[in-house]
Amino acid sequence: MSGNPILGVDRLSMRFGGIVAVNDLTFNAERRKITALIGPNGAGKTTVFNCITGFYKPTSGAMRLTHEDGRAIQLERLNDFRISKLAKVARTFQNIRLFPGMTALENLMVAQHNALMRASGLTFLGLIGAPSWRNAELAAIDLARTWLDRVGLLDRADDAAGNLPYGDQRRLEIARAMCTQPALLCLDEPAAGLNARESAALSELLLSIRAEHGTSILLIEHDMSVVMQISDHVVVMDHGVKIAEGTPREIRDDPKVIAAYLGADEEEAIAVMESGT
Amino acid sequence: MSANPAVQTSRAPGAAFILKKALVSAFVALVLFSLMIGVRTEAGPQGQLVYWTRFGDLAAMVGAVFGGSIIIELLRQWWGPVDTVKVVPASVQRGLSLAGRLLPPVLLVFTFLVPVLFYNERYILDLAILVLTYVMLGWGLNVVVGLAGLLDLGYVAFYAVGAYSYALLATNFGLSFWICLPLAGILAAFWGVLLGFPVLRLRGDYLAIVTLAFGEIIRLVLINWQSLTGGPNGVTGIPRPTLFGIPLSPADDGLAALLGIEFSPTHRIVFLFYIILALALLTNWVTIRLRRLPIGRAWEALREDEVACRALGINTTTTKLTAFATGAMFGGFAGAFFATRQGFISPESFTFHESALVLAIVVLGGMGSQLGVALAALTMIGGFELFRGLDQYRMLVFGMAMVLLMIWRPRGLIGHRAPTVFLKHSQAISSDLVKEGHG
Repeated sequence: MSGNPILGVDRLSMRFGGIVAVNDLTFNAERRKITALIGPNGAGKTTVFNCITGFYKPTSGAMRLTHEDGRAIQLERLNDFRISKLAKVARTFQNIRLFPGMTALENLMVAQHNALMRASGLTFLGLIGAPSWRNAELAAIDLARTWLDRVGLLDRADDAAGNLPYGDQRRLEIARAMCTQPALLCLDEPAAGLNARESAALSELLLSIRAEHGTSILLIEHDMSVVMQISDHVVVMDHGVKIAEGTPREIRDDPKVIAAYLGADEEEAIAVMESGT
Repeated sequence: MSANPAVQTSRAPGAAFILKKALVSAFVALVLFSLMIGVRTEAGPQGQLVYWTRFGDLAAMVGAVFGGSIIIELLRQWWGPVDTVKVVPASVQRGLSLAGRLLPPVLLVFTFLVPVLFYNERYILDLAILVLTYVMLGWGLNVVVGLAGLLDLGYVAFYAVGAYSYALLATNFGLSFWICLPLAGILAAFWGVLLGFPVLRLRGDYLAIVTLAFGEIIRLVLINWQSLTGGPNGVTGIPRPTLFGIPLSPADDGLAALLGIEFSPTHRIVFLFYIILALALLTNWVTIRLRRLPIGRAWEALREDEVACRALGINTTTTKLTAFATGAMFGGFAGAFFATRQGFISPESFTFHESALVLAIVVLGGMGSQLGVALAALTMIGGFELFRGLDQYRMLVFGMAMVLLMIWRPRGLIGHRAPTVFLKHSQAISSDLVKEGHG
């Protein structure tokens, strides 16, 4: 592992009462790389995500996010909304959490809340319709339009998010996260429920996000074809501890990983062994 | 409501089913009313029990239930299950949407002309002022309940704070209405924030109960803080509003004398009418603008999904607080107007009943819809007056009307949501998708 990680998770532990969901987990996510967090169901992956994005306060451990300019932020000290606002960490959810009653465009506008809030002079400039606010709003709409185009939803910009098909909702959620202009994008099972063609399109989208925006990506995924195809680095968890990490190729051949998957679910183990070839 | 409309459409209930249902309803009515209506008891002159039977009335009642049940069932068949979408011809649809677009401007112009049209009808003018007050309160509460999705059962507290702010500032310090109006709004907003801080971490039912309690606390403080508020006696002699310092009175320096026209008490009523109209329109304008600003979008996003909001870096606490404060401010304005219109206020005017009424207006109108709230206020306040002729059955008819409305339009008169921004064309969002908020 080389030396410029965007996220360093150091001895992270999370307990819920007597249950240890994450135990002494240490890993790094490299800058401008795609890091995958995999493991059988119940391994504690989403808990790690919730700790990184501030929805849980970890029982112990540290998470250090280093920006490109060298500014480091200890994530465990921030509240959830500040992590997105200050540390520029954006996330999506395992079960999609869009604003179903708002249009696709509105969803992306809400994502630019903090920038627009400043531009609207904490609402007061916006209320009187100041030109600076109007320009900022047009710029925000432009950014939203760009992202709608990127995820192929430009035609459905004015449709309610709740009316979109499942795959479109997944992509819209990624577009919404990207509209916050994050340094680190955390995706919780982005390929869940997608068919093979949609998964392939998703892989392409993620690779292009990394290439064009320099956004680092941390992803939880069960779809091994996606993981093996796009990840630069894979961290494997089981029962709250890290059991292996390395390149997709190393992981695929790791007996510990195969055992973990076999112990949990035979089909998944076979998927790990057969995919990515 | 049936759980599965698809099942119902597949088999329309036949005559036997309708008859059976009507018979069951009639039997239940017979059991219920046989004692309530069939037998009438009273204390006789010597204190003994006197009773007589009214089987004729009982038969009429049971017959009405029987017939009514058949009619409802037939209506239901004709209408289809609750969630049925009727296929409306395109021409009718276009006509309806045109009518929908024309309705707000027509209503607005009509409202402006009310004092001209009904100049000599004091009753209608007073009623119009009352309706507009509730329109304004509805629009104010709409920010909290309709946009931000926070259930507030104590809205009347802010109404009271506004009213007492003006009343006390005016009677103690002699400040004019126009200076006190913004002060009343600011004070109400301040109380909104003060309530908001401890309360907004609660959600749903818990938030509703605490806001309900807050409304009661304010009322009880007003009753018991005798030295300041005059307790149950209230505050009297609240000054009337002036037109740039010119009083609307029969005095020599009054407006009528200055204009050289004969004084009439109606002048003041008309003046009050236009004040509350201006205040209500201000509320409406600000709300419409706020919806298109990031803060308004954040309110609606909060109603849709609070967790997603936090993931996008939105500070949900301050967002909720601003919604509370904005709603409270408009309540405060309305309260100040109420005080100056009445000239006398007491805690009796600020009971839970008022909160419930305003909330009913917002829910009935369709949460988040400005036009819906205005129509609902007109229906609730105006309609209530309309049924005055029905005397003791007024509440019954009114309650029935509301139940029917909630069956056919469960999301209020105007349930769909208009997007705040669009790329190509704005299309209304069905109420099925829009969330109601959860506290």
